[in-house]
Amino acid sequence: MVATTKTNSKKPEPAAPAPDVRLSRLLAFYRQMLLIRRCEEESARAYAQGKIGGFLHLYIGQEAVAVGACAALKPDDYVVGTYRDHGLAIAKGMNVKHVMAELFGKATGCSQGLGGSMHLFDAAHHMLGGYGIVGGHIPLAAGVAFASKYREDGRVTLCFFGEGAVSIGGFHEACSLAALWKLPIVFICENNEYSMGTPLSRTMSVEDVSLKAAAYGMAKDRLFVRDVFEVEARVGEAVARARSTGEPTLIEARTYRFRGHSMSDPGKYRTPAELEEHKKNDTLVQARSAIVAGGAGEKLAELESDVEREIEEAVRFAEESPEPTADILEATTYSGPFAR
Amino acid sequence: MPSIRYREALKQAMSEEMTRDERVFLLGEEVGHYQGAYKVSEGMLDKFGPKRVIDAPIAEAGFAGLGIGAAMVGLRPIIEFMTWNFSAVAFDQILCNAAKIRQMSGGQFTVPIVFRAPNGSAAQVGSQHSHAMEHFYAQIPGLKIIAPATPADAKGLLKTAIRDDNPVLCFESETLYSVKGEVPEDTEFLVPMGQANIARPGKDVTVIAWSRIVNVALDAAAKLEKEGIDVEVIDLRSLRPLDTDTLLTSVAKTHRAVVAGEGWPYGGVGAEIVDRIQRLAFDELDAPIERVQTMDVPMPYNAKLEQLVIPQAAGIMDAVKRSLYRA
Repeated sequence: MVATTKTNSKKPEPAAPAPDVRLSRLLAFYRQMLLIRRCEEESARAYAQGKIGGFLHLYIGQEAVAVGACAALKPDDYVVGTYRDHGLAIAKGMNVKHVMAELFGKATGCSQGLGGSMHLFDAAHHMLGGYGIVGGHIPLAAGVAFASKYREDGRVTLCFFGEGAVSIGGFHEACSLAALWKLPIVFICENNEYSMGTPLSRTMSVEDVSLKAAAYGMAKDRLFVRDVFEVEARVGEAVARARSTGEPTLIEARTYRFRGHSMSDPGKYRTPAELEEHKKNDTLVQARSAIVAGGAGEKLAELESDVEREIEEAVRFAEESPEPTADILEATTYSGPFAR
Repeated sequence: MPSIRYREALKQAMSEEMTRDERVFLLGEEVGHYQGAYKVSEGMLDKFGPKRVIDAPIAEAGFAGLGIGAAMVGLRPIIEFMTWNFSAVAFDQILCNAAKIRQMSGGQFTVPIVFRAPNGSAAQVGSQHSHAMEHFYAQIPGLKIIAPATPADAKGLLKTAIRDDNPVLCFESETLYSVKGEVPEDTEFLVPMGQANIARPGKDVTVIAWSRIVNVALDAAAKLEKEGIDVEVIDLRSLRPLDTDTLLTSVAKTHRAVVAGEGWPYGGVGAEIVDRIQRLAFDELDAPIERVQTMDVPMPYNAKLEQLVIPQAAGIMDAVKRSLYRA
């Protein structure tokens, strides 16, 4: 059993990449985080215009978690996420066009317009879905890792969920099975402090989510997300452990969402001052500042206009794409003949 | 053809498919070290080893979900619940994940998984262990539901289920596990889903049943024969897909139908069958379609009251006579 506890005061000190390598990687991270931020802002706008229906849960403020975590993966590794899944989908390499078209309910969407915002899937990128039942996807993710162990394919699964999910049985059963059977999985709890609109102090007896790993004899880690590189390094340690020893890890990544739980949430459960305080630590803004400080500020204009173009194209693609037709309903329900 | 027990037929099906396909494995409570809560998997741990016959802790939602995830990326799990009653705590996994992933992923992912367990009443196992759970699941598009009544169908249908690319739920019965019957040894013996079997041909009344109640219906039919009533007993074998054609053909011959099955009368498979027959063969009917179901109460422990609540041959006989206006 590996049981490690870390705090930000005891950061690991991996061999630092050469400054120019680090800067070019920072530019790539910043681009991905900005792409997610802008995708979310444009989807909020489209939602207000009635072009996106149902629920829409934005990832704004949490971008560094998905981007940093996915950077620690190989392309064949798997990710499984929640209903707040746009950021994860993009961080795993999905084309924003296919994400936006899915939000618009179009046939060109990643799930042919049948899944919507909460159910983004992409087999080619091993994005195994966003799921709408809190905690329901965590055992499923353990099963994906089980398959990797069964086949000895060397892949690792990342499973994302919020702190609201750690109170439900699915989380505990999945942790229990993953630890018992030594499954190559990393459980990443994105603790954004609010389970919908209820602060964690009202729903959890223990504030440190990572402590829950102890009950299963599972390795754990905890970080307050301030920097995308740190997320990459810490998730990377857990991924390496999973890949080399098959041991799972529970990571609590403390983060903060800048928008409501979903579009219908005005966020009255927190003060504007609290929100503004957190916005000072916006990892996207900090990444941008670090690029400027690193001397690559002149590259930002082109990068940012490039992201704008990508978002504009995605929205246009979504708007101009056809709607799915009724003939796919039965064909996608069953493989083979419909069973009635 | 060798005569073997229903539980051995299930084991043959699983063992043959595990031998044939490395992706198939069995996972559930007590399936390995204990040799199966109902000895269905007896000897399989020795034969296939702990990698493929896996004892699970008591965590139905956890291991049902785990099976679904493994199936999404290409394995073919057989998940055994100790009984279908315990699947209720995994209902969300079957409803929201197993049944929905294919459609909500736009057809990108399939879930080739089998869930199997004994179902329905046994012998005085009381209120929480006697549910007929197939009715809850048969309603869900994306799932297939089988309910074999004979050892041969248990083998042939389970093998078909394991090879199917969709989630298939197999409803067995504790009271059937020791029943013997002839079962082909052929490793390619497959019974297709969606084909009912005429368990007993007859001309006067059609009795439609599945699982354990097929035997009860056959008993009723034998007794009615002595009274000059010739009953046709249809064993549905699978509930989704449901073989509507065989039902309609039979009703076109007998003009009378009785649906007999475990489960409460409000809705369910019985109501679905009644709906299809009245809608598609209204002009053929000479009497209202009768239903013989579990009484509309939780299952009592008391042996006499339990027998009162469960469908019996006498109840089926009465219903047949009502449909003939001989009551």
